[in-house]
Amino acid sequence: MRYLPKSPAEREQMLAEIGARSIDDLFAVIPAEYRLTRDLDVPRQQAESEIISYFKAAGQKDATDYASFLGAGAYRHYRPVIIDSLVQRGEFLTSYTPYQAEMTQGTLQAIFEFQTMIAELTGMDVANASMYDGSTGAAEAVLMAMRVTGRHRAVAAATVHPEYREVLDTYLRHREMASALVGYDAKTGRVDLEALEAAVTDETACVLVQSPNFFGVIEDIPAIAEIAHKKGALLIVSIAEAVSLGVMRPPVEADIVSMEAQSFGVALSYGGPFCGVLATKEQYLRQMPGRLAGQTVDKDGNRGFVLTLSTREQHIRREKATSNICTNQALVALMATIFLTVYGKEGMRELSEHNLAKADYAAKTLGAQVGAKLLFTGAPRFHEFVLQTDEAPAAWSQRLLDEKIVGGIDLSRWYPELKNATLWCATEVMPRETIDHAAKVLAASPVEA
Amino acid sequence: MATDVVNPQTDAARRTTGKVRSHQSQNEGLVFEKSSPGKKAYKLPPLDVPAVDPAGLLGEVWRGQGAELPELSEIEIIRHFTRLSTWNYAIDLGMYPLGSCTMKYNPRVNELVARIEGLAEAHPYRPDALAQGILEVIDLLQRSLIEITGMDAITLQPAAGAHGEFTGILLVRAWHESQGNARKKILIPDSAHGTNPATAAICGYEVENLKSNAEGGIDLEALERQVDGETAALMLTNPSTIGVFESQIHKIADILHAKGALLYMDGANMNALVGKTRPGDFGVDVMHLNLHKTFSTPHGGGGPGSGPVACKQFLEPFLPTPVLGQNESGTKSWNYDRPQSVGRVRAFYGNTGMFIRALAYILANGPDGLRQTTEDAVLNANYIRKKLEDVYELPYKTPSMHEVVFSDKRQAARGVKTGDIAKRLIDYGFHPYTVSFPMIVHGALMIEPTESESLEELDLFIEAMRAIAQEVEETPELVKSAPHSTRVSRLDEVHAARKPVLRWRR
Repeated sequence: MRYLPKSPAEREQMLAEIGARSIDDLFAVIPAEYRLTRDLDVPRQQAESEIISYFKAAGQKDATDYASFLGAGAYRHYRPVIIDSLVQRGEFLTSYTPYQAEMTQGTLQAIFEFQTMIAELTGMDVANASMYDGSTGAAEAVLMAMRVTGRHRAVAAATVHPEYREVLDTYLRHREMASALVGYDAKTGRVDLEALEAAVTDETACVLVQSPNFFGVIEDIPAIAEIAHKKGALLIVSIAEAVSLGVMRPPVEADIVSMEAQSFGVALSYGGPFCGVLATKEQYLRQMPGRLAGQTVDKDGNRGFVLTLSTREQHIRREKATSNICTNQALVALMATIFLTVYGKEGMRELSEHNLAKADYAAKTLGAQVGAKLLFTGAPRFHEFVLQTDEAPAAWSQRLLDEKIVGGIDLSRWYPELKNATLWCATEVMPRETIDHAAKVLAASPVEA
Repeated sequence: MATDVVNPQTDAARRTTGKVRSHQSQNEGLVFEKSSPGKKAYKLPPLDVPAVDPAGLLGEVWRGQGAELPELSEIEIIRHFTRLSTWNYAIDLGMYPLGSCTMKYNPRVNELVARIEGLAEAHPYRPDALAQGILEVIDLLQRSLIEITGMDAITLQPAAGAHGEFTGILLVRAWHESQGNARKKILIPDSAHGTNPATAAICGYEVENLKSNAEGGIDLEALERQVDGETAALMLTNPSTIGVFESQIHKIADILHAKGALLYMDGANMNALVGKTRPGDFGVDVMHLNLHKTFSTPHGGGGPGSGPVACKQFLEPFLPTPVLGQNESGTKSWNYDRPQSVGRVRAFYGNTGMFIRALAYILANGPDGLRQTTEDAVLNANYIRKKLEDVYELPYKTPSMHEVVFSDKRQAARGVKTGDIAKRLIDYGFHPYTVSFPMIVHGALMIEPTESESLEELDLFIEAMRAIAQEVEETPELVKSAPHSTRVSRLDEVHAARKPVLRWRR
């Protein structure tokens, strides 16, 4: 086996030195009736070339030549080449969690830089080293708010990504904690502020909203914050599209920001690995889950970095920890850090504006077709929009697929009240001609008899 | 700005065993300190649609002033992160014997195939009909892991080991609820990983500690006493965190099952079992795997991981939604119609990129390679044990599987603790072992070499550990003040925690 660095003679020599007759001696502790005496029924050992062929064939079945208007929590952006050049350096790729700080300063400084960039982008004081993804990050943020406030009820907006809400329900429902859902304004697609006001009580630990929300609409964060804070509840803002922060006002009124950083240079990869991250105000730091890198000095006064405040974590506090999280998404956070360094202050703004322009053009073009109209036009949006069509989405989406275009995603699976409504996304990589082509195909509904 | 001072080193500190010699490392400030306005590392193509006025379009939600991100050129970014990388130790540089962490070789073909366009660029909501390739990959990995564990069903959704524990205990809970009583407590041995009790707590269970017996294993009598009608499950790591296989495993399962409780296995140490025995055959009801341990996906400085949960058939209805199904035509699709499911534990389907890497590893090994891997992992640990047991205290004499746990008892008598020995090991060119864990061993040195170490590397490690033991006798101060060869000396963790500086400010 090519990954195993031992010759048969070396194995024999080692067994002899241990004092074992055969390798079976070392497994004698396993009761005989549970020892596997046959080969595992998995594919036979394969050459590297065969492995590559297998996955290439699988990739080709996935039809790479389709244009796509899919977004909904996973976004296609251009990934600068140097991201993969750098994260594939073995010193980053094959290193462990930096518990031994003296020989992992590279990872630690990179985490510190990531924390700084996320705090800066979100308008929060501090950010952690990463969470699994945006969905679990949002759920952990809600649990964190419950610890901070000592209250056990959450209010979530229906415009939070439906799968994030499902994850939140999973995290809450076994702990006698409850979450109430607040609807949206039919004109703007924003959280219904009156309904929110009615839902938030003195027992509410937090309000969870997403901005840009699942419909691509940017929420009125100051107004939502006021409603939450009036009742002593925390405001958690979930951000599924991190690139929006290049042009969107950061949610500075929030108490916790839970962000999915996949848009920062991370491949779609059929939904993961992505990169969640939590950011918060300084005062809530000690209730924050996840790892934190902090600055310190060594014995000689040199600046250095260590993992810090670990008394919040499971390996010290066990059942009293802020979370059970251990492994996070470190290498993906490094991708995001490199992405943000490549684009920098000006680039993030410019990139974000390109997204805004592409989506604005796509929304206007598609929305102008006969039998199609835009929903939620009463509020600003980033790069996603909801289109309602006279024709059922199943019909036109097949026409688009025939033209090698994946159209917007049908919202009825999550919002049955939205008939024939689909969510579309156009990022900076969407060519104008694809938008124009999609519009034509969409308009070409069969003539009714 | 900090500057590094070259520390005059004593001859003793410079002494090496043939593994390392000192080498320059570049100084590098924080990326923010290297920024200057107007530098760029990007170029966007010209907009092919009309530009928009963001202030006009966004109104009150317009950001205005851009975020204070660094501005550098591409070469500076390459140098910045390359310099940082050289400050890290890595498996690629040598043995990384962190017990419980399974720091094995991360094959490069895994990285290549995970980046194949049709897989890496697949949107999670693309229609199932256009995702048959990735679904077949997921299906083959699921079937392989089910076979390896001897279980009946699996979910790949959990993002890491602890997330897998969470999912597994939710399955336990959902099943008990379906039987009319969720029950109140989870039994956890005192040798367990910290994630186990933390998981039980977030699943709404009380944690009841189970004391290990004199061999470091489960005390069957204590178990018999403690399991009652309110016990939901035992969370068991097997082999245990001291690297010992629970040879009474079937009795453990019987005791639990007799009282209606379930056996959860923490699969962190599965690297000791693959191809040699299967948890599903020895009574485990539900378990998680760590693809980033046993199945070679890279740790990446702390993640990403992937924590699939495998279970017996009676727990299958409770698996998170969606589960992968097969249509009559033979095509695959996600099934969301799962009324008894515990719900989702993560958006989309899990860390798919890790599934691709893990499957590439399984294909590269095949059944013979997987078995040989396990055998070599166990051989390496036993070789280290044999070669060090005369100088380091072995608290449990029970046979070791894939890792060996010593204690610092003899060295502590000279005032040198496991943490000091670990730091001194750095000077010898090795990453330390796991320090002070498991907690049932006072002053633990937990060593897991994995199968990836050659005899030459093992001998260098053994030589280093023996040399340090000698230093403890002769020059204990040298060990207590280690490391002496790193670019930073011992870092002040107390200072870091007292007044946390968690971000750079201008």
